[in-house]
Amino acid sequence: MVPLSYYLILSGLLFACGVAGFLIKRNIITIFLSIELMLNGVNLTFVAFAAQLKSLDGHIFVFFVMVVAAAEAAVGLAIIIAVFRTRETLNVDRVNLLKL
Amino acid sequence: MHLWIIPLLPLAGAAINGLMGKHFPKALVNTIALGSTGAAFAYALWVAAQFSGLPPDQIPHIERYATWLSAGPFSVEFGIYLDQLSLVMLLVVTGVGFLIHVYSLGYMAHEGGYYRYFAYLNIFMFFMLTLVLANNYLLMFVGWEGVGLASYLLIGFWFLKKSAADAGKKAFITNRVGDFGFLIALFLLIKHFGTLQYDSLWKLVTRYPVETGAAGVLTAIGLLMLMGATGKSAQIPLYVWLPDAMEGPTPVSALIHAATMVTAGVYMVARSNPIFNRAPEALMAVAVIGTLTAIFAASIGMVQTDIKKVLAYSTISQLGYMFMGCGVAAYSAGIFHLMTHAFFKALLFLSAGSIIHGLGGEQDMRHMGGLRKYLPWTFWCMTVATFTISGFPPLAAFFSKDEILWQTWASGNRVLWLVGVVAAAMTSFYMFRLWFLTFFGEYRGAPASAEPHGHDSHGGAAHGSPHESPMVMVIPLVLLAIFSFIGGWVGVPEAMGGHAEIEHFLAPVFQSTAEATPSATSAEGAAEHESSSTELMFSAISVGAAAVGFLGAWFLYYKRTDLPGKLAAGAGGLYRLVLDKYRIDELYGAVFIQPLIALSTTVFWKGVDRGLIDGAVDGAAAGANETSNAMRQMQSGNIRSYAGWVAVGAAAVIAFMVWRGVR
Repeated sequence: MVPLSYYLILSGLLFACGVAGFLIKRNIITIFLSIELMLNGVNLTFVAFAAQLKSLDGHIFVFFVMVVAAAEAAVGLAIIIAVFRTRETLNVDRVNLLKL
Repeated sequence: MHLWIIPLLPLAGAAINGLMGKHFPKALVNTIALGSTGAAFAYALWVAAQFSGLPPDQIPHIERYATWLSAGPFSVEFGIYLDQLSLVMLLVVTGVGFLIHVYSLGYMAHEGGYYRYFAYLNIFMFFMLTLVLANNYLLMFVGWEGVGLASYLLIGFWFLKKSAADAGKKAFITNRVGDFGFLIALFLLIKHFGTLQYDSLWKLVTRYPVETGAAGVLTAIGLLMLMGATGKSAQIPLYVWLPDAMEGPTPVSALIHAATMVTAGVYMVARSNPIFNRAPEALMAVAVIGTLTAIFAASIGMVQTDIKKVLAYSTISQLGYMFMGCGVAAYSAGIFHLMTHAFFKALLFLSAGSIIHGLGGEQDMRHMGGLRKYLPWTFWCMTVATFTISGFPPLAAFFSKDEILWQTWASGNRVLWLVGVVAAAMTSFYMFRLWFLTFFGEYRGAPASAEPHGHDSHGGAAHGSPHESPMVMVIPLVLLAIFSFIGGWVGVPEAMGGHAEIEHFLAPVFQSTAEATPSATSAEGAAEHESSSTELMFSAISVGAAAVGFLGAWFLYYKRTDLPGKLAAGAGGLYRLVLDKYRIDELYGAVFIQPLIALSTTVFWKGVDRGLIDGAVDGAAAGANETSNAMRQMQSGNIRSYAGWVAVGAAAVIAFMVWRGVR
């Protein structure tokens, strides 16, 4: 059996990749994908612990996260399309009209 | 006897007129104002009848209604204290007050703010009745402050005129100085005796010995009370507000600044007689201040040209006499003079008001003259008043003033007596000067002048030749004239075949608490023992002084009308000094007011208020602004920088948890 720490390290790596992509990339869609990556890193942690502790709680959390992520994808992609229609760019650095 | 009804009647009148009178027709305002005071007067008469039937052991008649406040062993109640002294005051206040209400109907008929005026008059009545009927000092103090308020409102009745508004403020602030002294006296009473109820206080005070030689707490209380009385009763050094108070409507001058409110100080001193009897030095101070005020104000009154100013100084001078009487422990003489003064001074002011009304607002006596023809009723009433105040027998003030002077002599204060007689001659002089200038000679006013004259912003654009006042004003004059004539007959001394009823009537108030006082009893006793022929001789001296004043005025202002101008020119600087009221106002201005204004401006306003308080408030605002400006830079609008902050924050939280070893 694969030890728990392996799963945790892998999920940590996935999460770190997500954070890095989120901070570095300028394209909104890439940022969006990075967020999904972070969510799935967390999901992996949940299922790993669930398997280890023989508990169903972690699985339920994962399902919730997946539902939220799906909803988020729907809303997020709609926003991205709206932004692209008005600003004709997907570069976040140029979407800064809320600045004081 | 349900005495609470008496003060509450005018209060109800004031409340109805003051809150809703704006929408009432004049007739309804009149009915409410006059009805409430008239009913109060009628009830007071009924109370007087009941009172005379009370057995002596039930006097003072005390009614207690409720506890007002209680703090530990100290408590004060709402209650009424009716004895001979407060009964006399009650009748004077309601009676004279009612007549002045009637007079005001005519005088104020053309004025704006009609309902406001009557509401103020009624509230004044309420507070004055509270003052005289209270059964403890704190309730008296409520009335004391209340009449100050009513006075402020009525002096500044024509508040659009700056001089009137200023005079109101001056009266109020000057009174505050005196009230401060009175309040400290009350605190001392609470501290040393633990009560302010008259009946229990007198029991405690009478156990104290007379403070001869060494001044103790009673002397301190007496002097502080005197300070309060000098403010309310316009004595040296706090008299300055009263002449300015003539800015109010003339009936107000009559009611408040002559007949009733200013007598509050005299009443308070008389009411506190158990304290003053045990503090001879405080009592002496009362006598000296009264005598000084009497002659000081009389001398100013001799040169004033404004008819109301003459009467104002006359009021101050007469109040001085009352203090003189109280100061030699002849309280009943002081109260007697208070009563006759209420009649004749109200009459004088109302007559003056009638003249002012008849001349369309003219107050300068130099523009009057020959008014005997135009205002016959006023002339005769004024004549009675003038002869009364000057002290000619058998009119009222002859008996009361003479009683004060006689008691002063009998108590051994020869110097005070002499000053009092000189002041009496001066009184006679300035009153007959007023009389001759106003009613005799030729009319010196501009005929049918359309010029609106200064003071009482009275009358319309075109005011014809002088005319007599309407009947509603004349009737109170006549009634007051009758009282000024016969009012003194209740106090004819025994030396003249009278029975001095008023003295015997008031005696229990001042006797029952005075057993332990040799000074008081010796004065009374000496008066009894001196032979009556001596007393008659002193009366003759008083009448002689009055005659001297009369002859002087007759010679200068009737016979040789060219002389006063020359005399004034000859006296030069002295005349100017007296005409400028000895420049006391200027002195107070330089010594107290200007430094106070300077201190307030530089230290309190610019230093404390602007520097400290505004500095703190503005500093807090500016600090918040600075901080926000710095923090604002974080809101770059760049999503990735926000995300960076979130990541940094999350990392910081995790680092903290790891460091603390959270499980």
